[in-house]
Amino acid sequence: MISFLLNDTLCQIEEEQHARQTVLNYLRDNKKQCGTKEGCASGDCGACTVVVAAVENDSLKYETINSCIAPMSQLHAKQVITVEHLADGDRLHPVQQAMVDHHGSQCGFCTPGFVMSMFSLYKSRQVNTDIPLSRHTVNEQLGGNLCRCTGYRPIIDAALESCHSPEPDKFDHTSLLIKQRLLALQDVNEDYLPRTEQALANALKKYPDAKLVSGGTDLMLAVTQQHQDLGHTINLSSIASLQTLDVTDTHLIIGAGVTLTRLLPELEAHFPPLAELLTRFASQQIRNVATIGGNIANASPIGDLAPALLALDAHVVVKDTKLNERSIPIRTFFEGYKKTQLHQNEWLHRFELPLLNSNQIFDVYKVSKRFEDDISAVCAAFMVEIDDNKIVKINTGFGGVAATPAMATVFERVLTHKTWLDKATLDEGISALNQAFTPLTDVRASAEYRQHLVTSLWTRFWTLSTSDVVVMLDHSEVTDA
Amino acid sequence: MRKLIDTPLASPVHEKHKPSVHESAIAHVTGQAIYVDDKVEPLDCAYAAIGLTARASGSVKTLDLAAVREAEGVVDVITINDVPGMRDIAPVFDGDPVFVDDKIKFWGQPLFAVLAQTTDLARRAAKLAKVTYEDASPCLDTEVAHKDKRYVRPPLQMVRDGATTQKSAHRVSNTFTIGGQEHLYLEGQVSMAVPDEEGMLIYTSSQHPSEVQKLVAEVLDWPLHKITVDMRRMGGGFGGKETQAAQWACIAAIFAHRQKRAVKLRLPRQTDMMATGKRHPFTNTYAAEIDAKGNILHCDMTLLGNCGHSPDLSDAIVDRAMFHADNAYFYPSANISGYRCQTNMVSHTAFRGFGGPQGMMAAEAMLDDIARKIGADPLSVRKQNLYSADGTDTTHYGMQVENNLLHDIISTLENDCDYWQRRAAISEFNANSPYIKKGLALTPVKFGISFTAKHLNQAGALVHVYTDGSIQVNHGGTEMGQGLHSKIQIIAAREFGVALDAVRVTATRTDKVPNTSPTAASSGTDLNGKAVQNACQIILENLITFLAKKYDTQEENITFDSGYVGVGAHSLPFAEVVQDAYMHRVSLSSTGFYKTPKIHYNRDTGKGRPFFYFAFGAACSEVEIDTLTGENRVTRVDILHDVGTSIHPEIDIGQIEGAFIQGMGWLTTEDLKWDEQGQLISNNPATYKIPAIGDTPSHFKVKLFDRANAEDSIYHSKAVGEPPFMLAISVWCAIRDAIASVSNYQVSPTLNAPATPEEIIRSLRGVSTTQGSGNESS
Repeated sequence: MISFLLNDTLCQIEEEQHARQTVLNYLRDNKKQCGTKEGCASGDCGACTVVVAAVENDSLKYETINSCIAPMSQLHAKQVITVEHLADGDRLHPVQQAMVDHHGSQCGFCTPGFVMSMFSLYKSRQVNTDIPLSRHTVNEQLGGNLCRCTGYRPIIDAALESCHSPEPDKFDHTSLLIKQRLLALQDVNEDYLPRTEQALANALKKYPDAKLVSGGTDLMLAVTQQHQDLGHTINLSSIASLQTLDVTDTHLIIGAGVTLTRLLPELEAHFPPLAELLTRFASQQIRNVATIGGNIANASPIGDLAPALLALDAHVVVKDTKLNERSIPIRTFFEGYKKTQLHQNEWLHRFELPLLNSNQIFDVYKVSKRFEDDISAVCAAFMVEIDDNKIVKINTGFGGVAATPAMATVFERVLTHKTWLDKATLDEGISALNQAFTPLTDVRASAEYRQHLVTSLWTRFWTLSTSDVVVMLDHSEVTDA
Repeated sequence: MRKLIDTPLASPVHEKHKPSVHESAIAHVTGQAIYVDDKVEPLDCAYAAIGLTARASGSVKTLDLAAVREAEGVVDVITINDVPGMRDIAPVFDGDPVFVDDKIKFWGQPLFAVLAQTTDLARRAAKLAKVTYEDASPCLDTEVAHKDKRYVRPPLQMVRDGATTQKSAHRVSNTFTIGGQEHLYLEGQVSMAVPDEEGMLIYTSSQHPSEVQKLVAEVLDWPLHKITVDMRRMGGGFGGKETQAAQWACIAAIFAHRQKRAVKLRLPRQTDMMATGKRHPFTNTYAAEIDAKGNILHCDMTLLGNCGHSPDLSDAIVDRAMFHADNAYFYPSANISGYRCQTNMVSHTAFRGFGGPQGMMAAEAMLDDIARKIGADPLSVRKQNLYSADGTDTTHYGMQVENNLLHDIISTLENDCDYWQRRAAISEFNANSPYIKKGLALTPVKFGISFTAKHLNQAGALVHVYTDGSIQVNHGGTEMGQGLHSKIQIIAAREFGVALDAVRVTATRTDKVPNTSPTAASSGTDLNGKAVQNACQIILENLITFLAKKYDTQEENITFDSGYVGVGAHSLPFAEVVQDAYMHRVSLSSTGFYKTPKIHYNRDTGKGRPFFYFAFGAACSEVEIDTLTGENRVTRVDILHDVGTSIHPEIDIGQIEGAFIQGMGWLTTEDLKWDEQGQLISNNPATYKIPAIGDTPSHFKVKLFDRANAEDSIYHSKAVGEPPFMLAISVWCAIRDAIASVSNYQVSPTLNAPATPEEIIRSLRGVSTTQGSGNESS
């Protein structure tokens, strides 16, 4: 049985099939709380955004999710807050009032989702009052909410005004109580929601075909878009040993169940280009739920983390049902389209990313039709190690150019030992990359354009690291109100 | 005697000049605003889903629905043969069957529908159909259709024979393509049909309730009086719910009729995107003869609209493209041809601008080419070709451009946004930046206001004043977020001189105001505002007549203001007057009616005055492109736009901003893709990208050009829904400007729309190829 609070009300779900229901359908169909809307049922529009409050470091953390692709099992021991619950009697919540005052709604259908994203921003701002609220932050927080009517300007204004220096709200009055109620919720004891890796191993032995859900932001599309029955699923979100984050002298160690949101500060500290890329990885709602393990195990040919992990020569450590570990270099992990080295009785445990040395340059670029919340036409990562102007090692990782995330091995071989600051190196790289892949044409880009990007992103990497020439648009340069 | 209400509403509130919020704003932000899918369903409600074809042409050889019928929870399954009445639900000309009839028209055409106990069960069941097809090769290309003379309606020409003796110095010409656009209203298509004693009540998310009423009546073979359509609000429309909402209401109604129970049909997003029409893709060819200074002497344009499989509204849409192929510029001599090409695609339909944007794109592309041909700045060339006085003020269809604000708007904007200083700064930047290039463009808009189908330019209203002084207003327009009900509320409150909260605008219902026009063509406030005003004035006349007699005073001495009625020296609360009038048997309810004056147009000669007036505006956009990857961003936008006397400035600015960003999306990131078999593959928001919050330029300033409409429109305001959409053409021109900079503006690049990063790279390659081979000249 899973237990959670729906706003102020304790709710419990007994049957496994209901635990697989989406949060959105539960709210609308079972609870007739229709303030939360379905726009796309695929996590791409944000109309279904709700906020999930969970106890973290002894306080409540309020994060947005796309309720349309969240299984109910994800809610265990958490509070889900919907748009109906924000106002304090007749008094609107400050983010609601700001949306009204700034004319932030037109048709109103996206509005509940925006209000919830803004509410989450409001709560996070209460913790970080010393940093001024920038337009950039607003874009990041609200980038997963689409509005087709307003052109966003009034919504941006409403967010900037209401979330700049947030006052205590009604949730602050009850947070202690909510925290206690959440902590008092019974431990779950279900195969579909194990709390330890031992329990996971047992569940996997029982249901060897079960699908592992670690965020589920891609997997759930099979349910909401293809109307498939997933069969048995095992949700990994309650396993604490998959949530670790450690930095050693040589490595950043990331538990496979760490969400992209939790990963971000570590990446900012150790791999800034990857952190920047991560802010363009889907939307805030997705990043709050999606995990690094889910992203890599899913083996999408385009998933933006994989190219970076390839270029960084990261390793993934997997565990099996006997709790034995094995370490696999990411560079050998992907075997074919959506096929990896992971066996059916295994799961991803942690990732080990070698920290960069001062003689290493790392960068990663993503090109997509839309800047925010779009899947790459091509994603390209480069890591070069230079000693005395000679290339000691150069690693690549590309997404969107083959059936799996891929390396340009010939390019890597050809360029090793070449002189870094030599225009000939750029040109040799271009020639090697011209032969490296035979990308496909699909809805996102033509094969020809993808090929063009492979070489032009290399040109960008080389130019950026060898000169002062501006060779990339600066999307962070936005005026703050 | 029964007592009247004790506490009259509407104590005087002096908020006439305070900015009001959208009438539903609080309901929106609290989740209390009810859309069709949020309505409490009748207990017996069943749920429908649609099965789609997986071919773009040919026919169905066998259709085996046994597994669908036997699936869990299934109640009923229907195909075209189960339609009791008319099978064709086309709005104007035939061609849109409810389900696949003899031939398959496009990939994703509804083939059957299934009714089940839940939506999920219905959708699962729909997947179980077994279909075999008789294949035929589809036509998917506009130009191929044109070559084969496959048209959904006959071609048309607008010709102005203004031959002069002046010899042209140069000629510019080009062909480019413009992509369509998915509406992506956040609320997808949905209807609920509830059978009742009278017939059927339909809840729908539709811009055209009267047409839904008519089509439901026709498919059921019932008279119209048995159908009532109720439409409180849409979660966005943008033209996509003008004709495209009816099919789902009809299917729900057929099921409801067969099963004698309520039926809801809500399309999942992917089905919605595959099965409903979009903005027409166009292929435009233009050629202009110009003099040495860049003045247009003659222009030829061929506009090919990709209409999809059926006419739908394409006749009028391509007409509007032709009407706007001049945008703001005087063509002394012109030959504009419009073709309505037929392809095996979903039937393309109304979308904000209704063909106007596609026509204007030809004009603006041409003006840029002229500037580069003669080495002048595009803004200078635009200004010198604008409609002016004395013989340069009539369009190619013979309508005089009266009260022309183009010159004033452009010169004001040009100064306010420092166009020339920025032009110089950009030239310098580009000269020193090898990879990143900036572009700038200032483009005008002149958009004709009225339905070009004359009979649609009428509206009705129904206004009730109740005995507590509260007022209920109903009219034929629909609320889709554009703030129509808010403006109507302001109009009624102003007419009666009461506070806004004394007026309630209720759901659009075909049993309150009949025979309505679609809420489209930007006409909602113009038409319905006047009709509501007319109804209010009839009631006011009744009150004035009564008061003048009772207080023995002249009618001119009676005023309605701030919740009070002034009768000579007396000042009476409005509600008190209403109660008094009621007691004296004065009618407090009235219908209202309006029809647009002055308009006429002869489609055979291509001449007339199809528009009551023009709305004007101009935008200046600045962009950056990365010439390595084609990535781009819009960095600054300044807009000056004409809404006449604004009824609600915040709402009008909201319409302008929203329209601009939607237009920018159309021309940059929104990329419709069909595969070789004709299947739409950009069929969800993961693959079809409308602007997100970060795409809104950090500098985005919109100002209203404050001048009253010279025509007698409601309070001398102007329509605002569509015109500002086309301000976004400035973004596309600015991207072209940035691309042209790599040739030092010697080459005018071919840039198809949308200007995705990939298209920008293709365009840049064209420029570098052309540079080597020298320019075309005449």
